[in-house]
Amino acid sequence: MTELSIEAVGLVKNFGQTRALRGVDLAVRKGTVHAVLGPNGAGKTTAVRILATLLRPDSGTAHVNGFDVLRQPGKVRECVGLTGQFASVDEGLTGTQNLVMIGQLLDLPKREAQARAAELLEWFDLTEAAGRVAKNYSGGMRRRLDLAASLVGRPAVIFLDEPTTGLDPAKREDMWDVVRSLISDGSTVLLTTQYLEEADELADEITVIDHGQVIANDTPNGLKHQIGGQRLTVRPADLSREEDLRDILTRVSLRAPENDGRGTLTVPVESDAVLPDVLVSLRDAGIVTEEFSLHLPSLDEVFFTLTGTRSLGDSAESVSADKAEVAA
Amino acid sequence: MTAVAFDAQPTGTRARRPPQVRLLHNSLVLAKRNLIKLTRTPEQLIDVTLQPIIFLLLFYYVFGGALGGGSGSSRHDYLEFLLPGILGQTIAMSSISIGQNMNEDIEKGVFDRFRSLPIGRAVPLVGAVFAEFFRYLTVCVITVGFGYILGFRIETDFLALLAAVGLTICFALSFAWVSVWIGMKMRTAGSVQGVMMLLVLPLSFASSTYVRASTMPGWLQAFVKVNPISQVVGAVRGLLIGGPVAADVGWTFVWIGGLLLVFFPLALRAYVRRT
Repeated sequence: MTELSIEAVGLVKNFGQTRALRGVDLAVRKGTVHAVLGPNGAGKTTAVRILATLLRPDSGTAHVNGFDVLRQPGKVRECVGLTGQFASVDEGLTGTQNLVMIGQLLDLPKREAQARAAELLEWFDLTEAAGRVAKNYSGGMRRRLDLAASLVGRPAVIFLDEPTTGLDPAKREDMWDVVRSLISDGSTVLLTTQYLEEADELADEITVIDHGQVIANDTPNGLKHQIGGQRLTVRPADLSREEDLRDILTRVSLRAPENDGRGTLTVPVESDAVLPDVLVSLRDAGIVTEEFSLHLPSLDEVFFTLTGTRSLGDSAESVSADKAEVAA
Repeated sequence: MTAVAFDAQPTGTRARRPPQVRLLHNSLVLAKRNLIKLTRTPEQLIDVTLQPIIFLLLFYYVFGGALGGGSGSSRHDYLEFLLPGILGQTIAMSSISIGQNMNEDIEKGVFDRFRSLPIGRAVPLVGAVFAEFFRYLTVCVITVGFGYILGFRIETDFLALLAAVGLTICFALSFAWVSVWIGMKMRTAGSVQGVMMLLVLPLSFASSTYVRASTMPGWLQAFVKVNPISQVVGAVRGLLIGGPVAADVGWTFVWIGGLLLVFFPLALRAYVRRT
């Protein structure tokens, strides 16, 4: 049996009338990246805060690195690092002062705390900004400093709560590299995200939660298989050719394309193996495209498929209705 | 970004200090955090620098003549009486800011970081109160120093001055917990100030700060006698200009202990419950 770094059973947490978690189970194997995927308000942050001992669950149990989060919170805090959704650095201190402070709170002698701070600042490309007050950092720099702060104590388990939300795509990929290097050094990472793409890039296993409940738990490939692989999106240059395009896409996908209402058609496809067939058919039919892309389904699409509340072939109206539901 | 060695060794291997030493050490680390922030915003020191000077000047020149009896020399007598009072009043007033600052500070993400670290729950609060030591020391230096310019002279000795300053700061540090508690309870920094003013104004005026209790009606005298500010001011008066001090010093220590026993746990509980 593989060793579990995080094991949560039946976590329930209510905030007044709001039922944030309604019995969440989570099992994270040691040395892996585990993604918790869900929309805003799904309960991701609440789950992380319980596991990092910032919140007490109303019921359920959780163990982190073998320690009970309710009975041994001190032991749990000694082996976890937390990077919150809102960067939890001290804006009034410089980058160096922030990290040295954490090091000293973790009982590092001052010299060691300074060495560790310099090492982390260099790793996160913050050496030049080390002497500047964090208030003047950009959003990306603050995130990096925050992550650096959670690594000062070399934690065995690292919680990353939406580490890339609000970052531009280039910075997002930098952050992904960082996460990959964390597990290559033996840490376990629990990461929450709203992006299937991010979970797919990083995670060994994905738990999808919605409205405080787990609705799927699988490997990225298993999950993609459940939700029907990738999406092919095509927009004809000449909108009058939409019917012809629809016929081609229906033939390769065996499902009716979804129209966004402005002539862009999307169908699920098993893999990119269908691309040559589609391209040849388009050329033979003489259809010129303005947009042609293959991508992973958006979170909305994942949810429609997993929760089964709407079929993907539905009209644009029902899709937007579902979006509203997810947002609520 | 360059990759560096990142060995995820267990954190438990570090040398462990006894818990009390850790609590003290960690609190000092966070006191330093507050002091660094204070040096970046020196305007936060107005209430402990300009305020006692302005109060000294106002009361000395505006009320000194009337309260001292009309002649120039009795204005000086009033200064001897007034200066310990201003000290007591200023430490009460300057306790307001810690509650306000903590109220704002706790909403910031860095408190999530503190909560997720293996440090005592009380550490962020104790650290903030420790940092107040320097503000209260400033109050003492400025008030006594400026008093000297106006003509105030210590009638006792240097040791008595140190004792007076020490007692004042000890009392201020325990009174600060009232402010911290209110800072944890209130939803906005503005309401912390409002509530603290309601508390501090009667405490500092309905006391022996500006005039002798014997000039007040009997029911008020009863309050003035148990008012902790009266007792601190009485003790400082005795220590700086001579006279009996034992009773006032004793009662001040009782208040210091009492305030800590009641408001430290209250503040800590309010902090832990606030998420």
